Amino acid sequence: MRSAVSDPSSTPDVPSPLVEARDVRVALQGTEILHGVSMTARPGEVVALLGGNGSGKSTFVRSVVGAVPTTGGSIDLFGAPASPQSRARLGYVPQRITAAGGVSATAIEVVTSGLLGSRERDGRVGSRLRGLVPPRDARARARAALDSMGVEDLAKRDVSRLSGGQQQRVLIARALVRHPRLLILDEPMAGVDLQSQVAFAHTLGHLKEEGVGIVVVLHELGALARHIDRAVVLEQGCVTYDGVPPKDLGVHALPGHDHEHPHTDPAPRDGSSLGLEGP
Amino acid sequence: MSLLAEPLIQRMLIVGVLVGMAAPVMGTYLVQRRMALLGDGIGHVALAGVAAGWLAGAAFDLAQQDALAIPGAVVFAIIGAVVIERMRSRGTAADIVMAILFYGGIASGVLLIGLAGGSNANLLGYLFGSISTVTWGDVWMSVGLAALILVVGLGLRAALFSVTHDQEFARSTGLPVDALNMVVAVLAAVTITVAMRVVGVLLVSALMIVPVAIAQQLTRSFSRTMHLAMGIGAVLTLTGIWITVFQDIQPGSLIVVLGVALYVVVAVVTSLLKRVRR
Repeated sequence: MRSAVSDPSSTPDVPSPLVEARDVRVALQGTEILHGVSMTARPGEVVALLGGNGSGKSTFVRSVVGAVPTTGGSIDLFGAPASPQSRARLGYVPQRITAAGGVSATAIEVVTSGLLGSRERDGRVGSRLRGLVPPRDARARARAALDSMGVEDLAKRDVSRLSGGQQQRVLIARALVRHPRLLILDEPMAGVDLQSQVAFAHTLGHLKEEGVGIVVVLHELGALARHIDRAVVLEQGCVTYDGVPPKDLGVHALPGHDHEHPHTDPAPRDGSSLGLEGP
Repeated sequence: MSLLAEPLIQRMLIVGVLVGMAAPVMGTYLVQRRMALLGDGIGHVALAGVAAGWLAGAAFDLAQQDALAIPGAVVFAIIGAVVIERMRSRGTAADIVMAILFYGGIASGVLLIGLAGGSNANLLGYLFGSISTVTWGDVWMSVGLAALILVVGLGLRAALFSVTHDQEFARSTGLPVDALNMVVAVLAAVTITVAMRVVGVLLVSALMIVPVAIAQQLTRSFSRTMHLAMGIGAVLTLTGIWITVFQDIQPGSLIVVLGVALYVVVAVVTSLLKRVRR
């Protein structure tokens, strides 16, 4: 693996990592998908996980949020081994494939579900039993989260009938309603219109200023490029680069780029030196 | 009014309204998970439980040979639901599992009832429903089981919605996803055994799903869909049972036909209204 930055932990005033994955291995149906992935994200830091299809980006974040079990290595969240309790402090936005079930649900119902499970209140994580029912002020908090994403007017609309960008904003609101210290997003820009991409980039910048750590799986940096502090590139389940993000991304930085033209081999500088696709 | 004073009518209406309200609660979760036919699979396993209950009744030489039929159905249905849930969570093809349960349940039921010295005619009441034979004991058992379904199904609605809507996100929040999935499966099994007396194994799934399908056309909210489906289910069962008091018709089939007819009417009317609004 190549690294373009020095180890931040060696600097005394650098905050402790919100997530610290060490040599994480994951096997699905007998096949090892991740072969020892290590990465960190600190408060106020936006880390982009980049890589092609099948590189293991989504599997890695799913292992961090507990959706898939690890077969080796370790994951620490907020300075302690990952557990349902420590996950109370993170917000997760999965890929948008699950935005609709067989029964219609309104945006506010979907966002309210973000207030279930282990949750943190007054600095303490509540009991799992209490997490089975939403808090009394759930609807007000859900509306506030929708408002923060600019979609409060969609609160009573059927989620399955919203556009891709609107659905994505609702799912992000569902994660933000937990007031996470660490936000993990899996391909939030996929199938999202330009207006929603710009709105999301604005939200990302705001969260970063508030000190929220962000790990975002991306195919390319696109509209989020100016907020990304660090890029971690995965190839075939291994980290091949961890360092400053690429600056010149050419056509691939443009929102809505559809990947329909053939890619040339990357040049040895710019973003392409990171194993990213070149223009 | 004098009809309402008849104990048989009272029993039928009490069981009918309870089943009509409880079945769509679990039906909503099954539709949400796109497992609308799960009720059919579990229902067929429940039939094997009915026959096993008969066999046990014969073995213990009980005066009322079918005394253990419903308890047998409850046990078999829960085991079947747990097996289906475990298979589903492991990614086994749901349609194959369901098919095996369909055939295995029916075949075992017929085989076991024969071994118990009964005939296939003894199974007909369970296949097509036999609400006119409910005793006060059946009523109290139905009240207890329906209360369990309603309390858990409504009380944990937010958590069960989260798990059936987006399991991966629910897991990330720390919700006990596996346990909640099992709650849905077991409550679905209990619902089926309660509803079996009203509409029978062959139509039990309809009572869970059809009211939800009707409600879905009228509202866009998950909770409103559930509440409306409960009301529709209760009205359908009460209407069906009340008609059969005056007409010699099988109540189970009438309830389901009324439900399907209402679905068609609502579908046509809502479609026309949408066109007019455009």
